[in-house]
Amino acid sequence: MLREKFDRYLQGLQDEVLILGSMVEKAIGYAMEALKKRDLALARQVITDDTLINRKRMDIEEKCVELIVTQQPVASDLRIIVAVLNIIIDLERIADHAEGTAKIALMLGDEPPLKPLIDLPRMADRARDMLHRSLDAFIRRDAEAARKICIEDDEVDNLYDQVFRELLTFMAEDPKTITRATRLIWVAHNLERSADRVTNICERVVFTVTGKMEEIGVSKY
Amino acid sequence: MNPKIQTRELSFYYGKVQALNRVSLSINEHQITALIGPSGCGKTTFLRLLNRMNDTIPEVRLSGEVLLDGQNIYQPGVDVVEVRQRVGMVFQQPNPFPKSIYANVAFGPRMLGMNRQLNLDEVVEKSLRAAALWDEVKDNLNKSGAALSGGQQQRLCIARVLAVEPEVILMDEPCSALDPLSTLKIEELMQALKKRYTIVIVTHNMQQAARVSEWTGFFLLGEMLEYRSTQELFTRPQDKRTEDYISGRFG
Repeated sequence: MLREKFDRYLQGLQDEVLILGSMVEKAIGYAMEALKKRDLALARQVITDDTLINRKRMDIEEKCVELIVTQQPVASDLRIIVAVLNIIIDLERIADHAEGTAKIALMLGDEPPLKPLIDLPRMADRARDMLHRSLDAFIRRDAEAARKICIEDDEVDNLYDQVFRELLTFMAEDPKTITRATRLIWVAHNLERSADRVTNICERVVFTVTGKMEEIGVSKY
Repeated sequence: MNPKIQTRELSFYYGKVQALNRVSLSINEHQITALIGPSGCGKTTFLRLLNRMNDTIPEVRLSGEVLLDGQNIYQPGVDVVEVRQRVGMVFQQPNPFPKSIYANVAFGPRMLGMNRQLNLDEVVEKSLRAAALWDEVKDNLNKSGAALSGGQQQRLCIARVLAVEPEVILMDEPCSALDPLSTLKIEELMQALKKRYTIVIVTHNMQQAARVSEWTGFFLLGEMLEYRSTQELFTRPQDKRTEDYISGRFG
């Protein structure tokens, strides 16, 4: 393969990561919308779409392996491919968390709503926005932006604490709410984990730029 | 880490053409150092300066120093034969003498004055064993060295170098004429040899440099642009030109 062709492949690989990223962003958004609006069809859609996300991840992984085998990449080429291999795992897992939220939306579908959801959608927005910007930083090779995104994980952790405390009070006041409240805690946990996964992606961005493995922010959870 | 060889501001000219420009490099004992770079970058010239192999070329000029265990090998009064005994060389094309396998290996020790048959037998066996060739040739020591396969010939040349008990082995693209399996054998041999010797290898094959060496130096247009641990050089080179070269953007 000529160098120009290799460059095109490498570019194509990163475009694929962006496509996968936007699929995952949608999954986060749709899952929360399904939960909020009790839209069971949308929840089922998120669950079905997850298989597409998994397949896309496999495709990208295969392309990485092909490039490693045929091109023996080194230096920044190698770092990009190693970063992609890791980023797609995190993306797939974030999608799994979204799928988990969609499943909870289905479980809660027949139950009366516990309360209007405010902080959970806020967490979802935060996680989705962090994810979007982390991939943007990857494409722009912006280590500084990636480091900043990691710090924002604290805000998601704080929202998680808040949701957790609030739901505990519901359960304490009325044991009949325990099932529903617990499920919402699972949702909060899914979102908290998703934001953590974004910090992993950010660490890969820093690695791509500097060649150094750094643990940037250690999450409370 | 002990430096076995150090060069200081080493420059070299073929007539008016400058082939090396102030190369300062420290080669660690009992490690493998790889020198890479495009054709004509000066890496082979540099290697040959480490045991005064360029002395015989007319109209060459050198400045700077090459220190072997701290002593400049270019200072007046240094015995060139002794330098080449201490710093052996293996070339790109296997070049066995048109003699028997035994005579090839015994050649160096005989030149250095070893004549007793018993001692020679011992040295020949020891060297062939160290070069991982003994088992393949022990029953045919009188066969011509030229009758061996390319990979075996190269190992014979390594045995010939080992027979004079050098401290450093210079290898100038030792595998470029060999098939992958013979290449693998030479690379395994290098790993075994570095416990006793210091090895410097010039290679065009970057995967080979990445596989076998602990340190890598990148040469371009007579200068050494970057010298660092092999792992670092191939994952996070600091010089853009190194990056461009190792990732195939030029050269």
